[in-house]
Amino acid sequence: MGLLSGLFSKRETPKPVTSSGVAKERLQLALVYDRVKISPEVLETIKEEIVEVISKHFDIDRQGMEITLGERNDRLEVNIPVRRSKVYNQNS
Amino acid sequence: MAGKVVTITSGKGGVGKTTTTANLGTALAVQGLKVAVVDADIGLRNLDVVLGLENRIVYDLVDVVEGRARLRQALIKDKRYPELCLLPAAQTRDKHAVNADQMAELCRQLAQDFDFVLIDSPAGIEQGFRNAIAGANQVLIVTNPEVSAVRDADRIIGLVEAAELGAPRLIVNRVKPTMIKQGNMMSVQDVLDILAIGLIGVVPEDELVTISTNRGEAVVFDNYSRAGLAFHNIARRLLGQNVPFLPLEEPAKLSWFARLFGLGESKR
Repeated sequence: MGLLSGLFSKRETPKPVTSSGVAKERLQLALVYDRVKISPEVLETIKEEIVEVISKHFDIDRQGMEITLGERNDRLEVNIPVRRSKVYNQNS
Repeated sequence: MAGKVVTITSGKGGVGKTTTTANLGTALAVQGLKVAVVDADIGLRNLDVVLGLENRIVYDLVDVVEGRARLRQALIKDKRYPELCLLPAAQTRDKHAVNADQMAELCRQLAQDFDFVLIDSPAGIEQGFRNAIAGANQVLIVTNPEVSAVRDADRIIGLVEAAELGAPRLIVNRVKPTMIKQGNMMSVQDVLDILAIGLIGVVPEDELVTISTNRGEAVVFDNYSRAGLAFHNIARRLLGQNVPFLPLEEPAKLSWFARLFGLGESKR
């Protein structure tokens, strides 16, 4: 679960202390893999490759990056906080 | 105009599909509609005992499909509402006795004579489930606020969407408000956050369900039952009425005549 917690560590929600909170968090994680049927390792690889491409052009906040699934298994949502655009700075 | 075929399913067993089917069917009949409830759980029939009609079965669904009985012969009229009919499952056959095309045809025939055809699906994601959704115009998914039930519901939602049956709607059953307040049960909103489908009903845990079922009666006839009221409300939402969701607080005990005249309605 190390990779997993790394992937989702920047969620805004505080760590749940109630058992219902634990249930919800466990379910959300379990369903990510039920829905796409890919392993945490593959998601981590995807994350690294995206970071590699995006960092060529942007100064990004790697800690703040997260990959989640859309409402159903129909889209992968990647959220990457950008510090500044390298391309923009070069051109201007 | 043909009636509407609504399948009630869940993935996980024991979450309340049969109770939901029986009570929605009865509540719709109370509203004056012609309703057929179909037990699609071949080999493990239960809808008949929940409705208290187990002693009247002569023919079953498989007899109809295999041509030993006509549909009209197999349909059993409810004790109180003859506009409500049950098509029982076979008890001595298994889920492979019927295929999806046969079920779809059966639904089509029933929809000619009834306003609503409610299909009580078996648990699981196999042939019995496939049969149960084969003729559906709409799918209702029953779940409980528990990890196993919600996970299975998610799986079923995926399968229903893949079958292009439109967006299924959710019934969260056996909700315990006190446990939710204590943080020991996922709230309805938690379940909705996870499953991301439209809600059609919230049914509180209610001992009166067990008591009614013991007697073979629908809980919608019990004026003191919060679950019964919730099922009435789901039936009205199925009819397209805009019915607000009940607050989950413990009920103030209302006498039957107060309910009859709508007194205290806003408190519930």
